[in-house]
Parts: sequence; structure tokens; C-alpha cells
Amino acid sequence: MIGLEHYLTVAATLFVIGIFGLFLNRKNVIILLMSIELMLLAVNINLVAFSSFLGDLVGQVFTLFVLTVAAAEAAIGLAILVCFFRNRGTIAVEDINVMKG
Amino acid sequence: MMVFTFYLFAISAITGGLFTVISRQPVHSVLWLILAFISSAGLFVLLGAEFVAMLLVIVYVGAVAVLFLFVVMMLDVDFAELKAEMARYMPLAMLIGLVILMQFVMAFGAWESAHGVAENLAQPIPTDRHNTEALGLIIYDQYFLLFQLAGLILLVAMIGAIVLTLRHRSDVKRQDVIAQMMRDPATAMELKDIKPGQGL
Repeated sequence: MIGLEHYLTVAATLFVIGIFGLFLNRKNVIILLMSIELMLLAVNINLVAFSSFLGDLVGQVFTLFVLTVAAAEAAIGLAILVCFFRNRGTIAVEDINVMKG
Repeated sequence: MMVFTFYLFAISAITGGLFTVISRQPVHSVLWLILAFISSAGLFVLLGAEFVAMLLVIVYVGAVAVLFLFVVMMLDVDFAELKAEMARYMPLAMLIGLVILMQFVMAFGAWESAHGVAENLAQPIPTDRHNTEALGLIIYDQYFLLFQLAGLILLVAMIGAIVLTLRHRSDVKRQDVIAQMMRDPATAMELKDIKPGQGL
């Protein structure tokens, strides 16, 4: 029988893969954004698994909001990326040090 | 059957996630990401969250992944050059991934549910309603303000994305409606009376 731990393991693995991707693709912003989407997906799997196994519907409501924020974040991130590419002709994030912050 | 389906979806979700991260072509990455999303939607169906599963397919696969595809195809970037340094970051990435994985393992090993959690549920899942109906009832009732705020976030994101990417190119001829409407024959053209046999 599949228990809560199985789902939590899948979610943890996806989350770690997301973090792995963040550090592996230091230069490619598109893959960085995809890694962030993977991490948010892992969080969603956690929320829905707990919601289902505890019998509480609020976890699924929260998943909706995480989904909304993830979609908005992807749209804004890609818009900034397109804007940056038009100005600089590259998407290498390591070159984004204009402000020397 | 349930066990088999779970492992099918779980393995394809993890495979999709892994190849999203390590794939050389960004287009392949997006396609693997779509696989991960669809498999997770399958996991959600197994958990009884049908509405969230369908939302995942519609929002993520239908909108976000297609947005990624558009941007990947629109940008003329030499991705091979960006990928060249992947081997350099591999040890660091493995180390940090392992550390976080160990933390998860430790957290799961010591995890247990709080006492009396079954009596303190905020919204128990009703047995006599479908998932979508039950979710709709509480979203439009208890969480209405949050729902409106989610809509506001999407509106701000939409306006922000449009403002960021909109540009007025000065080297392209555009239609100027006001100028067109203000034109009249008296100022727009000049009549010349040319005599036969003579030029202007």
C-alpha cells in the first residue's frame, strides 16, 4: 500500500533535483526558472499529499495559491529575461553585475 | 494496480525533473518539464485531488510550459556555450544536493503527526461531494478574499509582463490615427494648373 512517506519521498527528490539544477546551470536563466518551477511542484506534491492523508481540504486550496504565484513568477521572470536579452544580447546571468551590488 | 500506477508516475516525474536539469538543449528541457508536470498531475489524481491535477495540466502544461517554449525559441542564444561550464559546477551541485537530501532524510526519519490532529482539521474533506465541488464551496466561501488576491497577483503579473516587454521601435512606420483624422483636402494636397506644352 502506498503511504504518505512515498509521496513525501517523491516530493523531496524533486525538490533536491530543483536545487541541483539551480547550482548546475549557473549561467542559463531559462533552466534556472525551470528549476524553480520544479521546486514549487515538489512543494505542491507535499501539500496535496498531506491534504489527502490528513483529510483536510485546505492543503489543496493552498496548492491553488502556490500555483497562481508560480505562474505569475514564470511570466514576470521570462519577461525580464526577454527584456535583458534585448539590451545585452546574452542571457548569461554571471554578466549581470552592472550595479556591483 | 494502485501501487504500479504510483511507481509509474513517480518514476516518470523524477526522470522528467532530472532530465530537465541536465539536458543539453533547452527545448528538450521544457519537454522533460512537461513530462514531470503531467506525471505529477497523475500523482494528484491518485491522491484524490482531481481539480488540482487538471489545473496543473491546464496552467503548467498549457500556459507556463508553452511560455517557456516561446521564450526558448525566441531568444537566439548559443546554449552550447552556456552549457560548457556545467562540469565545473557539478561537484558543488552534487554536494549541496546531497546535503539537502540528507536533511530531508533526517526530517522524515524523525517526523510524526501531532497529537489530536484529526480533531483539529480546518476543512475536513466531505465524503458526499466531488473534489471540485467541495473545493469550490470553500474557495468561494471561507477563502474568498485570498481568491481575489490571487486574481490580483495574476493581473499585476500580466500588466508587468506587458510593460516589461513592450517597446516602441522608431524605425518602423506605424499608423497614426489622430494624424489621419485631422487631415483634410485643403492641407493634404496642392492643385497645380499645368499649361499644355510647359512643365512646372
